[in-house]
Amino acid sequence: MMTMKVSRKEVEHVAFLSRLALSEREAEEFTRQFNQIFKQFEKLNELDTSQVEPTSHVLQMQNVLRQDSVRSSLPIDEVLANAPDREDGYFSVPRIME
Amino acid sequence: MNIYDMTLHQLWKMLHEGDITVQEIYGSFAGRIEEVESKVGAFVNLTPDIAELQVHKAADRWSEGRGVTPLTGLPLAIKDNMSLVGVPNTCSSKMLENYIPPYNATVVEKLAEDGALFIGKTNLDEFAMGSSTETSAFKLTRNPWNLGHVPGGSSGGSAAAVAAGESPAALGSDTGGSIRQPASFCGVVGMKPTYGRVSRYGLVAFAGSLDQIGPITRDVYDCAIMMNALSGHDACDSTSADIPVPDHTTGLGQDIRGLRIGLPGELFNEGIDASIREAIYTAVDLLTGMGAECVEISMPHLEYSMPVYYILATAEAGSNMARYDGVQYGYRASGAKDILDMYIRTRSEGLGTEVKRRIVLGTYVLSSGYYDAFYLKAQKVRTLIKADFDRAFTRVDLLVSPVTPTTAFKAGKRADDPLQMYLSDICTIPANLAGLPAMSVPCGFDNGLPMGMQIIGKPFDETTMLRVAYAYEQSTDWHKRRAVLAG
Repeated sequence: MMTMKVSRKEVEHVAFLSRLALSEREAEEFTRQFNQIFKQFEKLNELDTSQVEPTSHVLQMQNVLRQDSVRSSLPIDEVLANAPDREDGYFSVPRIME
Repeated sequence: MNIYDMTLHQLWKMLHEGDITVQEIYGSFAGRIEEVESKVGAFVNLTPDIAELQVHKAADRWSEGRGVTPLTGLPLAIKDNMSLVGVPNTCSSKMLENYIPPYNATVVEKLAEDGALFIGKTNLDEFAMGSSTETSAFKLTRNPWNLGHVPGGSSGGSAAAVAAGESPAALGSDTGGSIRQPASFCGVVGMKPTYGRVSRYGLVAFAGSLDQIGPITRDVYDCAIMMNALSGHDACDSTSADIPVPDHTTGLGQDIRGLRIGLPGELFNEGIDASIREAIYTAVDLLTGMGAECVEISMPHLEYSMPVYYILATAEAGSNMARYDGVQYGYRASGAKDILDMYIRTRSEGLGTEVKRRIVLGTYVLSSGYYDAFYLKAQKVRTLIKADFDRAFTRVDLLVSPVTPTTAFKAGKRADDPLQMYLSDICTIPANLAGLPAMSVPCGFDNGLPMGMQIIGKPFDETTMLRVAYAYEQSTDWHKRRAVLAG
């Protein structure tokens, strides 16, 4: 049975993939805690699941579609009211391309 | 009896008989909030402007005698992760502190149409991630039965508001126990309906395959009334079930003779406080005395619930939380040098530690090298857990267990130990994984703190659960006790 050991460097990398920068304390705590938590997760290896189908959802529903009809949507002003920055009816963000 | 100590159905009866006005009801709860909210801290925002408008409309409905529903003129509190137009929907996070939703959640819309009064938005663990309401970015909520203890979580504000007399009922959301556990800790009734029974449109997503909205009330009858108001298909939620809704009050008062109740041994193990196990066994004796057949059963995969849940819930949470990037709504950090820097600073400054922990954990279990070992494995064990329930329900009609391993713990006691916090969800998680309805009913006190009994039902069979819960409740007086907010 494999045992997964998590390093601080790896935790910081996965945090970066999640677009998070961890503080010193968070990086240290998470590393220690993930090693404990993964030990609990590895308990699942006790079970043979080679013949078991995965469940992603308990309801047996597929392709729930609405009628393809025109409906009014929220006014743009109301939607943009929550935007941190906006311009001419668009969301505004820092420059992406030079 | 104080007006603010009454249940929804008691208040409705008084309105019906002309013994009280909608204004008097609202005034009593508003006064109670004034009196105790500084001690309890159940609310993130109070909404008197909205409530007062609704008071007038509801009073008109009553005086004209038309369009009166079982909730017309009755106050309700809403967990602060469900959209109410014009009022911040903060999720108790700095990230959404100033986010004002432009639309109503379907449940909010339904309750508004019924003529309910919205008195405020209640505190929760940040983005509903927690079991004590201590991860709220704004404030601590206290347990009305003992202010040094937590109210549970994540719907801690809703449960505390109902227990403290600030609201006769409230909405909560339950992903791994977030309605039932705080209901148990605060001595009130809480139900997580079957997955798909209640629309989640307008509920800020935590883990989409597990989340469900449900009521927190002072007794079982009120729970049934709220279930009638909340249930039903909604085209805006593609996971909403398109099946008929029964009248949830019909089974109340019927006898429970011949009903078969299973006690899963795995949820009565040595990790559960002896006083709680005893309280449940006492309750089971009572049910047996009323003619139910109670049998011990084994569900061997339940002991794997915690890892399965924390793998799947964090994976889904990590994905859901990707939307908080400072672009469309919510917090945006200032001074970023480019867009990547803006994303990272926004998320790192706007989110708290527990939310970050779950995002990183969720990204871990979905990353290559871990996906098969953790995520896919957990999905497969979820199948085994669900199969345990399917098998159990060929033999019994309902399952009964504790809700929590302990009564409400002291504030600050587990805040720095996430694993201990996660392990405390052991009894409530399985129903979410299997999508089943489950509720918490008050079943006693230990050292002045409430205990709860969990009832788990077959899919879409909330009425049988309510029938048994009501039969139990009516032969006890736990639900009549009210917290005395001393000190």
